[in-house]
Amino acid sequence: MTTKDKSLATIYIMGKEYKVPGSLTILQAIEASGFLFVRGCGCRGGFCGACSTVYRTKDSYKLKVALACQTKIEDGMYLAQIPFYPGNKATHNLSKIKPTTETLCMLYPEIMRCISCGSCTKVCPQDIKVMDYINAAIRGDYKKIAELSFDCIMCGLCATRCPAEIVQYNVALAARRIYGAYVMKKAPHLDKRLEDMQAKKFLTEIETLMKSSTDQLKERYTKRELEK
Amino acid sequence: MYSKEFQESIKKVEATRKERLNQDFPKLSLAERSVLLEAYHPDYKKGTMREILIGANKDDKTPHEFADLFEAYSHINPDNFIVPAPKYETDVLIIGGGGAGVTAAIIANQAKADVFLVTKLRIADANTTMAQGGIQAADKANDSPAIHYLDVVGGGGFHNIPELVQALVNDGPEIIRWLEDLGVIFDKAPDGTMLSIHGGGTSRKRMHPCRDYTGAEIMRCLKDEFLDQKIKYLEYTGALDLLTDKNGNCVGAVLVNMENGEIFTVKAKTTIIATGGAGQLHIQGFPTSNHYGATADGLVIGYRAGAKLAFLDTIQYHPTGVGYPEQILGQLITEKVRGVGAQLVNADGERFIYDLETRDVVASAIIREVQDRKKGIASVASGGVWLDTPLIEMKSGSGTILKQLPAMYRQFIKFGIDMTKEPVITYPTQHYQNGGILCTEFGETNVPGLYVVGEASGGVHGRNRLMGNSLLDILVFGRRAGKYAAEQATKTKQVNEGTIEHIKKYHQELEKAGVPRERKSPILLPDYRPQEFKGKYSFLSHLKD
Ligand SMILES: Cc1cc2nc3c(=O)[nH]c(=O)nc-3n(C[C@H](O)[C@H](O)[C@H](O)COP(=O)(O)OP(=O)(O)OC[C@H]3O[C@@H](n4cnc5c(N)ncnc54)[C@H](O)[C@@H]3O)c2cc1C
Ligand code: SF4
Ligand code: SF4
Ligand code: FES
Repeated sequence: MTTKDKSLATIYIMGKEYKVPGSLTILQAIEASGFLFVRGCGCRGGFCGACSTVYRTKDSYKLKVALACQTKIEDGMYLAQIPFYPGNKATHNLSKIKPTTETLCMLYPEIMRCISCGSCTKVCPQDIKVMDYINAAIRGDYKKIAELSFDCIMCGLCATRCPAEIVQYNVALAARRIYGAYVMKKAPHLDKRLEDMQAKKFLTEIETLMKSSTDQLKERYTKRELEK
Repeated sequence: MYSKEFQESIKKVEATRKERLNQDFPKLSLAERSVLLEAYHPDYKKGTMREILIGANKDDKTPHEFADLFEAYSHINPDNFIVPAPKYETDVLIIGGGGAGVTAAIIANQAKADVFLVTKLRIADANTTMAQGGIQAADKANDSPAIHYLDVVGGGGFHNIPELVQALVNDGPEIIRWLEDLGVIFDKAPDGTMLSIHGGGTSRKRMHPCRDYTGAEIMRCLKDEFLDQKIKYLEYTGALDLLTDKNGNCVGAVLVNMENGEIFTVKAKTTIIATGGAGQLHIQGFPTSNHYGATADGLVIGYRAGAKLAFLDTIQYHPTGVGYPEQILGQLITEKVRGVGAQLVNADGERFIYDLETRDVVASAIIREVQDRKKGIASVASGGVWLDTPLIEMKSGSGTILKQLPAMYRQFIKFGIDMTKEPVITYPTQHYQNGGILCTEFGETNVPGLYVVGEASGGVHGRNRLMGNSLLDILVFGRRAGKYAAEQATKTKQVNEGTIEHIKKYHQELEKAGVPRERKSPILLPDYRPQEFKGKYSFLSHLKD
């Protein structure tokens, strides 16, 4: 790639033409066109999914998607953001749920309507195999859905494309929470440590530290053993 | 692929890689650390701070960018603004929907208080979601809360407030269990053992990662639990100022619906500030790793109501922000990248610092390398050194990066750089606000009825926070303050009328000090539009000056 691209590019924000420096991300380009984001911008770093954008380039009918904060503009882009999508979330009480094969189908019966069209997988900006994790959800395979969906940033683009009106990211979140809380083993060393804490095992040591002078602390700090 | 001008330097990095693979690099003594910090850390740079003119921290030093916010008028003018009758009444009002605020909300709700949360973007559009590397807690056999304590205070320059550190390290193990129960998926061995690693300044491997989406994973589980508990909330609603009663107690807030400009108030028995950090201030012109809403609003409105601040003369610059490409300048390259084996090297392929020194020290060393020793990468105008990532795959086998650092891989591959094969370019970025509103271990500020949690608070991390202790901090103190504020609220029978008298007084002091009338705060949203478009935000434009 080249270091600097200072030439102007033409973009179309919801159909209207703007000229902006060609090196910007979509997010920066919208700002450079004079817009202040209230919606449509969250983390600016590829983690929150607030900046989902649908676009098309000149002379192509193909619709593409991008995270506006992580994608450089191209000349001739037609842009529209999807800052909100009224997707369904099933509320549940995790502490009372049972991790059976049917649980997910009960929370989200619409997953049974999946026609395996693959639109969700095709659209995901995180390159997640969305259709595969929905299929895993139908089978109640928590491990699989957790592994496949883990990097989901809940941008919502998959749901906008689903002919079966499935809100994939919420299904995945429910599955992951059930997997984390019930299927994965709890950390055994943590059980032990919680017992120690209950027995106030470290109380005096910490109290001594709290009362230590800065010099005493410095000395102990310098002599710390470092785990390899 | 990097273009031609980088290739010569990359060759030098490749040439030394094998030799560096198993090489030990000396750590600095405490004295050497001080020398380096004083010479190169941005906090020590002359002319970058000033003494605050008015308020509870009058005469204390803080960066100009902060001082400009404290020495500024409210968006509401007390001379012509009539406080509207409360639109909502609640026990606990929480301002800010990041990890700290949502945690406080869940716990306060479980304590049977009536809870109302407002946040200016969406819930989880927050620094918490961006945390990558991990969360600390002393839960392994070779570790203890006492050892954790020592690491925390050593990292903080021995300035930390002991009671806060004690709460932080003691609650650590319980927090990890709470997260497991909420369904957070940590990196674990099949028997449940945590795959914990080192972070800068840790003496034990106590960093618990969830791939490199730790904050996102924790935050989405918290948010989901919050929604499951059906707690009341409003998004795109920013706090403009607090309300105080005739005794100076905090009794709620003045809010703005940032979409239609409606100004309204919430009357609350207790109010918790959970507004997070300040990266968008771009102190000394640094880029930032922070989310869009990190504009120090909570500090501003708390300060106006009389809350005392601590350690606001120290900012954390993360040593490894993205130095190139410019589109993602300043975004974070998590410390975990060094935690799993990448090394910092200069343009000649030489190491210059032990990679897991504390952040302030590593950042200073990079600045020295570029500014003083002139060994930065020549073709990067804003400054940069290499972070040798292919080393990770050499050390731990190919595929390690995709498995443990998928977010980092995505961040660079989108711009054509394959970090499994090529090193990446890095330079310090404004990352964390070490200080904030001073509080007790239950989040109480010196203003009765007002609490603070998370990055907006100050004291627990002293002058420098260690990686992984902030995620722990927001959960520990979020839970403590949530519970405590709920208890206090349920004990309170009656709340006095909310006024803006404190703003009136504050404005008088500002005028006396000669602060120009145009200067307004809080910022709410940073303005990245070209100059000609800048001006009053439309959702505030109906407020009279
Ligand atoms: C890129 C990155 C990586 C990090 N990595 C780690 C890590 O690996 N380990 C670790 O421990 N820590 C890490 N941290 C630090 C840690 O994530 C944050 O310090 C912590 O999550 C802050 O939580 P919080 O709830 O206090 O603030 P936030 O999560 O930022 O939440 C504050 C919320 O308040 C809202 N708000 C602000 N002003 C107003 C207002 N006026 N009205 C209403 N709402 C408002 C904001 O929009 C935001 O939603 C990282 C931080 C960043 C930025
Ligand atoms: S799975 Fe859906 S919501 Fe998640 S990142 Fe992919 S498209 Fe976005
Ligand atoms: S888009 Fe909907 S119907 Fe198509 S594969 Fe995905 S989940 Fe199934
Ligand atoms: S703004 Fe958060 S992903 Fe783009």
